[in-house]
Amino acid sequence: MSATAVEIRPPVWRRLIGFNAITGVIFGIIGYYLGWFLGHHITGKSIAFFADIDQNDLSVLLGYFFGVSGFLIGLGFGVYPWARLRGYPPSLREKETQGTSRYFGLCTDHKVVGIQYLIGIGLFFFIGGLNAMLIRVELLRPASQVFPAGQYLTLVGMHGTMMMGMMTSGILGPFANYFVPLMIGARRMAFPRIESLTFWLLMAAGAVLTTTIFFGGFPTGWTGYEPLNSQANTGMDSYLVFFALVGVSMCLLGLNMLATIITMRAPGLTWSRLPIFCWAVVSTSILNLLAAPVLIAVLGMAILDRTAQTTFFNPQGGGSPYLYQNLFWVFGHPEVYILALPGMGIVLELLPVFARKPLWGYRLAVSGLLGVTLLSWLVWQHHLFVSGINSDLRPFYMLSTELISIPTGFTFLCGLMTLWRGQIRFTVPLLFCLAWFFNFLIGGLSGVFLSDVPSDVTTHGSFFSMAHFHYTIMGGLVFAFFAAIYYWSPKMFGYTLNERLGKIHFWVMFISFNSTFAPLFAVGFLGQPRRTVTYAHNLQFLNDWVSVSAFVLGLSMLVFLYNFVYSLLFARIRAPQNPWSSLSLEWQLPSPVPVHNFDRIPVITGDPYDYGNPSPGAIPATAPAGGSS
Amino acid sequence: MSAQPAAAGSSPAHGRRFLAAWIVLSAILTPVVAFFLGPAIPPGNGSVEATGQVFDNEVLVAVSTPVCVFVVLFLGYALVSFRSRTAEIVDGPPLRGDMRIQIAWMIVTGATVLGLAAFGTYELLQGGAGGGQGPNAAFLPAGHNHALDVQVIGQQWEFTYRYPTFGGLETPQLVLPANTLIRLHVTSLDAVHSFWAYQLGVKADANPGTDNVVYVQTKGARSFDIRCAELCGLWHGYMFDTGQVVDQGRFTAWAKQQQTYFTPVARYLPPYATTYMPDPQRRAG
Repeated sequence: MSATAVEIRPPVWRRLIGFNAITGVIFGIIGYYLGWFLGHHITGKSIAFFADIDQNDLSVLLGYFFGVSGFLIGLGFGVYPWARLRGYPPSLREKETQGTSRYFGLCTDHKVVGIQYLIGIGLFFFIGGLNAMLIRVELLRPASQVFPAGQYLTLVGMHGTMMMGMMTSGILGPFANYFVPLMIGARRMAFPRIESLTFWLLMAAGAVLTTTIFFGGFPTGWTGYEPLNSQANTGMDSYLVFFALVGVSMCLLGLNMLATIITMRAPGLTWSRLPIFCWAVVSTSILNLLAAPVLIAVLGMAILDRTAQTTFFNPQGGGSPYLYQNLFWVFGHPEVYILALPGMGIVLELLPVFARKPLWGYRLAVSGLLGVTLLSWLVWQHHLFVSGINSDLRPFYMLSTELISIPTGFTFLCGLMTLWRGQIRFTVPLLFCLAWFFNFLIGGLSGVFLSDVPSDVTTHGSFFSMAHFHYTIMGGLVFAFFAAIYYWSPKMFGYTLNERLGKIHFWVMFISFNSTFAPLFAVGFLGQPRRTVTYAHNLQFLNDWVSVSAFVLGLSMLVFLYNFVYSLLFARIRAPQNPWSSLSLEWQLPSPVPVHNFDRIPVITGDPYDYGNPSPGAIPATAPAGGSS
Repeated sequence: MSAQPAAAGSSPAHGRRFLAAWIVLSAILTPVVAFFLGPAIPPGNGSVEATGQVFDNEVLVAVSTPVCVFVVLFLGYALVSFRSRTAEIVDGPPLRGDMRIQIAWMIVTGATVLGLAAFGTYELLQGGAGGGQGPNAAFLPAGHNHALDVQVIGQQWEFTYRYPTFGGLETPQLVLPANTLIRLHVTSLDAVHSFWAYQLGVKADANPGTDNVVYVQTKGARSFDIRCAELCGLWHGYMFDTGQVVDQGRFTAWAKQQQTYFTPVARYLPPYATTYMPDPQRRAG
């Protein structure tokens, strides 16, 4: 650090020129218009041939393709491959080790990428959440009142797509990127440039989806079912490009995590000593790596249907809408476990710290995570129970879906038994973990109704299923996300978040969350389908109740935002090195973590849950890292 | 950092006390839920299928109750009994697992899950439970050879209905005879719709080019709500309707009257078929 501090730095304006986010945006805009022009040039003479295409999808898609490429080149992702191709020594610019500018470009430090993810994803969460608020405004009255039907569908679609796309990396992005190398005693990720690429791809994707409003939005919701997808106007292209980019990002993120955890563990860190959060990252990454290619393929086919007039999903040309549904859910069901598993990992990782006990049944918890990973491949047709596809296979999918509750139950047992006879300290992260249990319990039990075919006939496609997956994703993943941010912010930023505000945030969020989504089970049972701008008059009271609760839920996010900004930028209370007295390896490092993490790679002598070890003067499970304290 | 573990003072009776409380509470709450909340769960008794679904939901809430009580009671018990009462950090006992508890847990959850899957399968075998079964229905109700065929055609953005036994009559209203086994053929002309007859406990996706069969055994005369349950484009939110179940005699009279009424347009209709093949990719809205 001190060596670079004396270096003479060029003036600010000079530093803005170069490979960074500003250049990326400029190149991106230039690239978009280049592709747009090219698309018009290609289709210009033949546009009349495609008689019923009223807008030019090809030029929009090429625009996005060139725009995203330009954005990445502007960020400097081309520098390294180009130098290697030409045989030059690669530029060392990415290794810049300090200054705020590294947060606005390609940086190979996994800790910078983690914080980039946190802020970047937070931004798109905010957009997605705002969409949800607007949806609830519309649903205050039974008839369409604020938004016309088309805009309402765009809001629903953007909310769902944005949240689904961004949440896939909601925990893996910020926390796994930041803490997996620290937990396994590594200095970096296996593929640091790819790590940065996953983040910037996600940002490009978010920008692409947001631009759908300039093309009239899209009417399909986050599932993008065919043939509605092929009917839709050019706003649909934003959805397709968004999800394809998210797919590439997910796939690379999973690959990188797996490579890191498999190859870069410190000496002594055997698989049976690996922190449970890392196990959750391993199982999620397997799903990421294998499910995302299916998504990219199905979206590629949809793009061809829209531009090259292929008929993969058009029955008139020999295709089938079932093909889309099948392929989409082959990705889509592992996807929902990509959203659930990291939350389980966070909860099981944090409970031992606050119950001051070892993780109960470590092997059972690991087998639970891996069991979910395996079974999640065998259940996708429960989304198609009433669609008429393979109706004789429904008993199998009912069984496989209900079987998933067995490994999920393992993680419940391990978490609950970790609390048993512990010395529980009620910190903000623990509160969020406990709320996770409650929410995920409700989400899981309502899932049993959806997995049971006779019950699913009523609940399928109704607000019941919507409430179900909000309980598992928002009640599971988002609560775990907040547990993680309150738990790790002293290490990530060096400052503690205000505990009092944290508790206010927790209670407002927990109560308003349940008050929002619990009545929706009843709303669904009483016959309100999802994604409709109108509903029956007798459901207005319940819907109004839900809307008001949702607004309070939105306010609780502002409490968090205030706490985050206030604690990190204004209060700035230095956090001790290890405020929770955790035995995990990342807390043995100084705050903020030095650029190369460990001066000396530590030797691991036990798992990180050695609480209550009765032998006096026991060796800490993790030998202290060199250079710290 | 980690001080000495807490004195193993916590009495070993915790486990037994918790289990006793769980059993008592479950024994009280499960019948309450099953017999008071259960019958109130929709979709009601509009058809044999709907009644079956209500029974299904009753069983599921009854099974869910002890599970829910277990987790919530466990959390409550643990948080009250095992909360740290000291200012400095004290460690708990280093319990790392108990094979007996793990095996018991696996047996109980495994048996519950298998039981639920078997029960759901048994219910499904009773004629398909009101869900769409595709062109070759796998689960047939008794007497399916004599079922009345009615076709449901989803299109942006309404349902129309055809009655092959009345010369392929197409009407914008769904009227069904009471106490009759009906075979609905659900198909679509454009996007994917989903035909949801709420009080009849019927839901079947309408896919273009597919004949999605669903059986429903109607009961007494009543009206029922119809909604589209799959996002199908701009006016999806307005794709709702009301259907009628009427007595057999009134049904025949109605069908005859409709046939006469629609005679002038009948010759423009395509002949009755299980699927129709317009261009599903035509741009709409």
